Amino acid sequence: MSNETNLVQRYNVKERTNHWVVAITFIMLVLSGLALFHPSCLFFYSLFGGGTWARILHPFIGVIMFLSFLGLAVKFWDHNHITDTDREWRKHLGDILANKAKNLPEIGKYNIGQKYLFWSLVAIIPMLMLSGFIIWQPYFAPVFAIGLVRFASLIHALAAFIGIVAIIVHVYAAYWTRGSISAMTRGTVTKAWAKHHHPAWYKEVNKGAK
Amino acid sequence: MALQSLDIKARSATTTPSPSVRETMEVAKLIDISKCIGCKACQVACMEWNDLRDEVGNNVGVYDNPADLTAKSWTVMRYAEVEVEQNKLEWLIRKDGCMHCADPGCLKACPSPGAIVQYSNGIVDFHQENCIGCGYCITGCPFNVPRISKQDSKAYKCTLCSDRIAVGLEPACVKTCPTGAIVFGAKGDMIHHAEGRVTDLKSRGYTNAGLYDPQGVGGTHVMYVLQHADQPSLYSGLPKDPSISAMVGLWKGVAKPLLSLGIGLTVLAGFFHYIKAGPNEVEEETEK
Ligand code: HEM
Ligand code: SF4
Ligand code: SF4
Repeated sequence: MSNETNLVQRYNVKERTNHWVVAITFIMLVLSGLALFHPSCLFFYSLFGGGTWARILHPFIGVIMFLSFLGLAVKFWDHNHITDTDREWRKHLGDILANKAKNLPEIGKYNIGQKYLFWSLVAIIPMLMLSGFIIWQPYFAPVFAIGLVRFASLIHALAAFIGIVAIIVHVYAAYWTRGSISAMTRGTVTKAWAKHHHPAWYKEVNKGAK
Repeated sequence: MALQSLDIKARSATTTPSPSVRETMEVAKLIDISKCIGCKACQVACMEWNDLRDEVGNNVGVYDNPADLTAKSWTVMRYAEVEVEQNKLEWLIRKDGCMHCADPGCLKACPSPGAIVQYSNGIVDFHQENCIGCGYCITGCPFNVPRISKQDSKAYKCTLCSDRIAVGLEPACVKTCPTGAIVFGAKGDMIHHAEGRVTDLKSRGYTNAGLYDPQGVGGTHVMYVLQHADQPSLYSGLPKDPSISAMVGLWKGVAKPLLSLGIGLTVLAGFFHYIKAGPNEVEEETEK
């Protein structure tokens, strides 16, 4: 399809829908979770109809996010193996961040930063699900030993922190790297974007198209 | 229960000062286990005053009934049969319930503003209208006291009859106790009273008698006179050196401020990176 235009397909409808289900539920979890975590974020309670509703909804939203993230993880798994080219690319990170990078190694569909994001989410989202399950009132928490509930509360906060920081970086990177957002909204990026940011992937896509 | 006549020293999920201009006396309830006959009049008085009617449970083979604290049983008598010396059976009966810690783990953990308050007189009270039912108070409490009701998903526990104290009455259990095993007053007076009881017990051969006012939680506003203060666990598992769990300390003491700061800094870093470096645009030549 992309031969006539200057666009390349990057995500199909399923991938996009899946991504945004994860993104929306994740943001709802961050807001309700931060309200439960720190008084400076208490006003997020009101977005959910008050503290009690936030407490009730948070774990159910968590289950939706966990299940939909599984889908995303399976779809993106194969593209996220870290290669030597990626490590080479990482050496130029300072230049890349300063918008001064030239002659970068030819990386594939994702750069190493995106891959780190992917693997950190693969690590922490199941941790959040598991620890969240253990502290889930009133259904499950009462059956677990108090020591385990305390441990899970701490782990839940730490894992959420890692996830939130990773996602802040992710959202910023998507915004900072002009031309990326359309990948997840319309499914396409420009050929120039693909050639510039992910040359090896662009070549592969072109080969397939011929 | 909201009480405007008592000032508040600490309030859950609140970072600004609570109303605290009035000066109230620090109070305490002293339970002298050596005087308790296990009649459960206090348990009944608690139900009576607080309008609580727990389900009639089953006899589990001992006098403990109900067998545990519940959202509707804020105090229960625990009966332990122990032989501290061989062939000398002792029946150690402990009135269990909230200890009204000076450093309350429940309040530290609670994420809902004003669901848990500590009055300036030391009483720790749950205000159910602000409770969101998350159970963090259970996670935070070193004495396994708060209970979430199955009926309304709100946390309940002993109020130390804060509503009675506020108008100058003693707690219902104190008023009703037929042997005078429960007394109530200024915390200093109660410690003084306990000293007299401990001296008496020691003269009767209980050489390890002592006051239970655990300093790991900053002291408590419910204290026990124990015949065997060296072994509190004899009294149906009363903890020896209770303190807020290190896990809860890390979670609410260390992680809470540090991680919040970390998140804030990440956002700022992104913003200022953009201000400094500008967007990452694909150059004109590659556009072709
Ligand atoms: C408003 C918020 C978000 C925006 C604007 C956004 C944007 C994007 C964009 C543009 C991509 C494609 C990047 C590329 O193809 O190079 C992407 C990929 C992805 N996003 Fe998001 N996203 C958001 C929130 C989230 C959240 C909350 C999560 C998960 C918890 C998430 C997980 C992912 C994953 C796993 C990928 C694939 C990247 C990889 O596998 O390395 N996103 N996102
Ligand atoms: S359940 Fe406990 S910790 Fe949670 S809001 Fe109610 S009183 Fe606070
Ligand atoms: S005993 Fe438990 S519920 Fe009572 S004040 Fe102490 S921490 Fe809170």
